[in-house]
Amino acid sequence: MRENKKFRIPIGPQHPALKEPESFSVALKGEKIKGVDVRLGYNHRGIEKACEQRTYVQDVYLIERICGICSHTHSTCFVQAVEEIAGLAVPKRALYIRTIIGELERVHSHYLWLGVAGHEIGFDTLLMYSWRDREVVMDVLAMLTGNRVNYGINCIGGVRRDIDEAQTTEVLKAIDILEERTKYYIDVATQETTIIKRLSGVGMLTREEALRLGAVGPTARASGIDYDIRQKDPYAAYAELEFDVITDNHCDVYGRTVVRLKELMQSYRIIRQALKKMPQGPISVRAPRKIPAGEAISRYEAPRGEDVHYVKSNGTEQPERVKVRAPTLANIRTVKYMLRDRYLADMPIVIAAIDPCFSCTDRVVALSNSVTKKREVMEWQKLRSYSIEWYKKQGIDFTDLNKRLASVK
Amino acid sequence: MLYQLFSILIFPGFLFLAVAAQFAEFMDRKIYARLQNRQGPPWYQPFADFIKLIAKEELIPSAANPRMFKMMPLFAFSSAVCAFLYIPLYRMHSLFYFDADLIVILYLLTIPTLAFFIGGWYSTSLFARIGSVRSLTQLFAYEVPLFIGILSAALLADTWSISELTVFYSSHPFYWLFNTIGFGVSLIALLAKLEKGPFDIPEAETEVVAGTFTEYSGRHLAFLRLTLNVEMVVGSSLLAAVFLPFGYEFGPVIGFFVYLCKVIFIIALLSLCRTVFARMRIDQMINFCWKYLVPFAFIQLLFNLFLKGALVR
Repeated sequence: MRENKKFRIPIGPQHPALKEPESFSVALKGEKIKGVDVRLGYNHRGIEKACEQRTYVQDVYLIERICGICSHTHSTCFVQAVEEIAGLAVPKRALYIRTIIGELERVHSHYLWLGVAGHEIGFDTLLMYSWRDREVVMDVLAMLTGNRVNYGINCIGGVRRDIDEAQTTEVLKAIDILEERTKYYIDVATQETTIIKRLSGVGMLTREEALRLGAVGPTARASGIDYDIRQKDPYAAYAELEFDVITDNHCDVYGRTVVRLKELMQSYRIIRQALKKMPQGPISVRAPRKIPAGEAISRYEAPRGEDVHYVKSNGTEQPERVKVRAPTLANIRTVKYMLRDRYLADMPIVIAAIDPCFSCTDRVVALSNSVTKKREVMEWQKLRSYSIEWYKKQGIDFTDLNKRLASVK
Repeated sequence: MLYQLFSILIFPGFLFLAVAAQFAEFMDRKIYARLQNRQGPPWYQPFADFIKLIAKEELIPSAANPRMFKMMPLFAFSSAVCAFLYIPLYRMHSLFYFDADLIVILYLLTIPTLAFFIGGWYSTSLFARIGSVRSLTQLFAYEVPLFIGILSAALLADTWSISELTVFYSSHPFYWLFNTIGFGVSLIALLAKLEKGPFDIPEAETEVVAGTFTEYSGRHLAFLRLTLNVEMVVGSSLLAAVFLPFGYEFGPVIGFFVYLCKVIFIIALLSLCRTVFARMRIDQMINFCWKYLVPFAFIQLLFNLFLKGALVR
């Protein structure tokens, strides 16, 4: 009797396995997972809406704050769309600098992922080692842009900072160190028994399922899908650079680890080429304050997968609509599939294996009551009156408070 | 009478054990940190943690059974401390000894795990329940190889008393080298008993938050943590007495120093294992214990049976 009883445990919104608030309600039978409910929306910040109320220049910096890890991704993706609408010819050198920063960002993101993955499978030594080595690339980014995260290097029509000779040698030196370390991590991940035991066969996602669920980035590439925006639809300077798209046929978390580690090696290759081939010249062109009416879609291969931005302008200083599809939104559906009939112990690493970034993904479509399962859409005014009513029930009356404050004045 | 009270309460009893336990935690954390290329905590960190936790508010879940919830940390703690009194440290004889005290030690060392299970179960949190069921599941996997490993060493000495065992191994120097396989097996089983390293499944923080201890706070949590540290010292002392029984003949001062070295060596081995392995899944852990640890323990047992026929008689 009792053995057949399923019980639900809440993984999130607050849980040590998750670095950001998101709710996974897991139905468990013993140690086996029988179903997962994913609920988004705990970290929704309304950035898309906020963009419509700011100028394009302000939006670049706001968009950059969508994600702390792939901040360059979002700002580049946005400026690419705006530049396309405005018909700006961005200088070659600027495109190369964007590529270099983008690849350095991929390096730091993949190192970060490796550490998080190590932590999720209870291997903190890997976390400590990889995050220590990640400092090298963080320092390089700080040297090139002035910031460790949210680099603020993009502007509409180019980049804000140039890379000089001394910086180039510094970057190359750092790349040598990182390459050495990455080789070591590839050895660790492919030879260490307990890691392989915890990773291989976990979170299986076949090629067909990956296509059906619309997986992107390393998650898709580990299922044998040869899909990389850098090659399929080259942006920045990628068309002139040589690199391989890494795929793997393991289809599991182990495959995703291998893909990410091998991608690091490709990133070093790209950075070396880009630094060598970088032409001389200006780093930006002057962009108009008012962007002519039009719309554009822009794609970018973020460390986590394909990032899509849509911008619609109406001839003013402010965009009419900005839409962001972060890679995690495409990948999050695979989690539910991958977790079916797996052990609870696999849950953290399976979620972590898509390299989730929940705050980029979060959007509010509709509110559904977790008890009655009723769905409703709340307008701003309704939400406001709901909150006033809710506080009234708690004994705090804001309407009354406002009146009293007014009378004091 | 006074001497016995002193022995039980101060040295080498309760007070010494409590201080040693905190130092053991410090050592474990420091070695773990240095192996991970970190600085690690200062020596007083475990004491500071303990004092801080004692001063904190304690919350008991409203659905929990308060008596069981409060009793279990003390139950676990006292049984771990009791086990210590029967282990010879720096003399061949322990403080108290009688026939078959080895069995009693192993039995007393099982009680904390059971107490964790009951405490976790009665705290009614889902995470605590999963954690406590896991710790009990683990118990059935590692207990058998641990017992066989330790008892096969006793088999060679032809006694169930740990004090007699040390006497035997002291009079037959280097016989303890025969028990190397048993030492390895018991060390890994001890790792599982302490819920450390690759076997920290019951308190895997990325899955079940703090497992059994999720709902514990304040004084109770302080004592649960102290229990784990005491278990670490008691377990390593037990392994030192059974598998590394040498250095007793030089008198108490040098003997005590040798004892400390042995315990530090075992704790360092535990920390090393904790550093180099990823956490196993519960099914992998049970497979590992029954497929590898138990056969190795049986090899040791058979080896000692043959050896006993060939050497001792």
